[in-house]
Amino acid sequence: MEQILANGLYLGAQYALIALGLTLIFSLMNVLNFAHGQMYVFGGFVTYTVVAQFGMPFIVGLLVSAIALAAIGALIEKYLFRPVIKKSHREESTMLLAAGIAFFLDAVILLIFGEKQRGVPKIIDGVLNWDFRIIMPYDRILIGCLAIALIIGFILFMQYSKAGRAMRALAQDRVAAQLMGVEVDRYSMIGFATGAMLAGLVGGLLVTITGVNLGMGGPTSIKAFLMIMIGGAGVISGAIAGGFILGMMESIGLTVLAAYGDITYLVIFVTLMVFLAIRPQGLMGKPWG
Amino acid sequence: MQRRALLTSAVMFTAAAILSAGNTYAANDVLKIGFVGVTSGPAAAWGISNQRSMEARAAWLNEIGGYEIDGKMYDIEIVAFDDQKDPKRAIAGMEKMAQEGIHYVVGPNVDDGAAAVRPVAEQNGIMYFPYAFPKALYTAPASNAVLGMVANYQSGPAIYKHLMEANGVKKIAFVAANESDPLSQRDSGVEAAKALGLEVVSDSVTYQVDTTDFVPVILPVLKTKPDLLVLSGVSPANAPQLIRSARELGYTGLMSTETAQDAKVLQEGAGDLADGFISVGGASTPELASDMMREFVDRYTKMFGEYNDESNTKVYALEYILETIKAAPAGMTDVEVFKATMDTFEAPNPYMVGDAKLSYVGSSSFGQKRQVAVPLVVNVYKGGAFETMFVAKVD
Repeated sequence: MEQILANGLYLGAQYALIALGLTLIFSLMNVLNFAHGQMYVFGGFVTYTVVAQFGMPFIVGLLVSAIALAAIGALIEKYLFRPVIKKSHREESTMLLAAGIAFFLDAVILLIFGEKQRGVPKIIDGVLNWDFRIIMPYDRILIGCLAIALIIGFILFMQYSKAGRAMRALAQDRVAAQLMGVEVDRYSMIGFATGAMLAGLVGGLLVTITGVNLGMGGPTSIKAFLMIMIGGAGVISGAIAGGFILGMMESIGLTVLAAYGDITYLVIFVTLMVFLAIRPQGLMGKPWG
Repeated sequence: MQRRALLTSAVMFTAAAILSAGNTYAANDVLKIGFVGVTSGPAAAWGISNQRSMEARAAWLNEIGGYEIDGKMYDIEIVAFDDQKDPKRAIAGMEKMAQEGIHYVVGPNVDDGAAAVRPVAEQNGIMYFPYAFPKALYTAPASNAVLGMVANYQSGPAIYKHLMEANGVKKIAFVAANESDPLSQRDSGVEAAKALGLEVVSDSVTYQVDTTDFVPVILPVLKTKPDLLVLSGVSPANAPQLIRSARELGYTGLMSTETAQDAKVLQEGAGDLADGFISVGGASTPELASDMMREFVDRYTKMFGEYNDESNTKVYALEYILETIKAAPAGMTDVEVFKATMDTFEAPNPYMVGDAKLSYVGSSSFGQKRQVAVPLVVNVYKGGAFETMFVAKVD
């Protein structure tokens, strides 16, 4: 049981961090960013290149991933989403744009980084073995702790910084925030860049554990959407809750249901369908959006 | 009148000049060979090594003036299509090949893709060389598919038997991705293990291909304490993570797979934890490789930056196609001629030392010769590279 909980917490921390970026973008701009998984993959490849190809320390790789993805996110918001949102009031326009960006990023990743699975060496050796009740490699513990630290940092940033307050105001009421002097364009761009940066950071963190490959983008986006559907779209606490719930469900399912084959995600999807039928806005979302 | 005659003469002269110039500098005819396989996603390394092997060999042949068939030189053009490991796209790819008039296609790389393209290939007179193992593709009444490698039901028993004798393996466990290829490979592996008298302690654990944490997946398998853990049909992307999770959880037994792997991917993803991992390698070893194989590796590496050991196997399909057409030139457009030639076809194997031959095999597995003969090389990973564990012959 202890092992299941430890696995669930580790998975939950990384999932929550993925979902945070997605829900931030959704809350600020009402955009379903289907390219979020590709941004995660891009971040992983950037860290891989910096660490494995250029031989630089892992922390430098993480920083470069964060900066690169923030820049990509800012450019995507400024030159793609902003004009589309201004010119079109149909929500599907941004959805199609996001899907297009996902395909585009897939192609760019293939061209720049190639098709192979990539990974960087373990950043810490050794395994924690607590009387065979919890077995957890130290690098997973470190990555889990880093993910939790980043989540806390993000919450503090959103709570106490000027940019964070402006973005929360935008998420609550875009028009009222604008009337109160919040620069909508500026903070939308910062929000999108922060969301993309979070995706890049998780990609960079996990490249030491799971590695990264071109095909990971789509499934990552699907999981991120699952998490924000569980927690409630556009709500930061909901994304965190959704991430930890999905991580825990996956950990419990893979252990308890192992004898019945690979039915964990089948059970998760069925549970989610029933849950959404009862509470379509998710755990912490509001029925009115 | 005089003016018209002058114009006519000028036009005729120009046309004659163009035609004669065309004759003098005629380029070779082009022989198109197709590739339909997976070149993106987690299993991309399988298809990429196919496509690159074909492109490297084609570029080499074209550079030396083309390939001679029936006294005529042909440039070889590779027409590639990424099926993304999706059977629907594999069908679209095979249809594209048919539209381009291509009769010989390498791929697809996986079971469901290879099964899906069968009707298109048969209706359009296409011979295809899958890297997929369903026996129905190669057993009569099917006749258009030729297995391009050693199947898992041929390599698996050889590996298990070797490990039983050399390492005293008694208990075996299987884990597979929840996809058709790995599941069917697991089932045939379980069957082979039981036939050899091994105790199968776990064969029900499966995982999603997009799993990011394999610790919960592998934990129930390790509790059964197997001597040998078989990662059935594992993709190059998942192998390092599974190996790493098993070792980090304290597993000290043997691990193997019947699929080909990439040493660099193992090194990056699992490092020293992958030492001792057993996999089916490319069909060559330093002892077996001829000068031509070494030149192929050089050219491939120069062209694409890094080599993939699996290309030692993947280089063969194009060679078999060209050599068989050379032996029966009418087969270039008539696959029935090609099929008739397969039974007796034999040519020197340019990639192996000694008097090795290219020939079709598969009679014992499929009841007809629908498999290319390549050596079964079983490798063990150590310190960032593969070492040959043993070499065997199929059929």
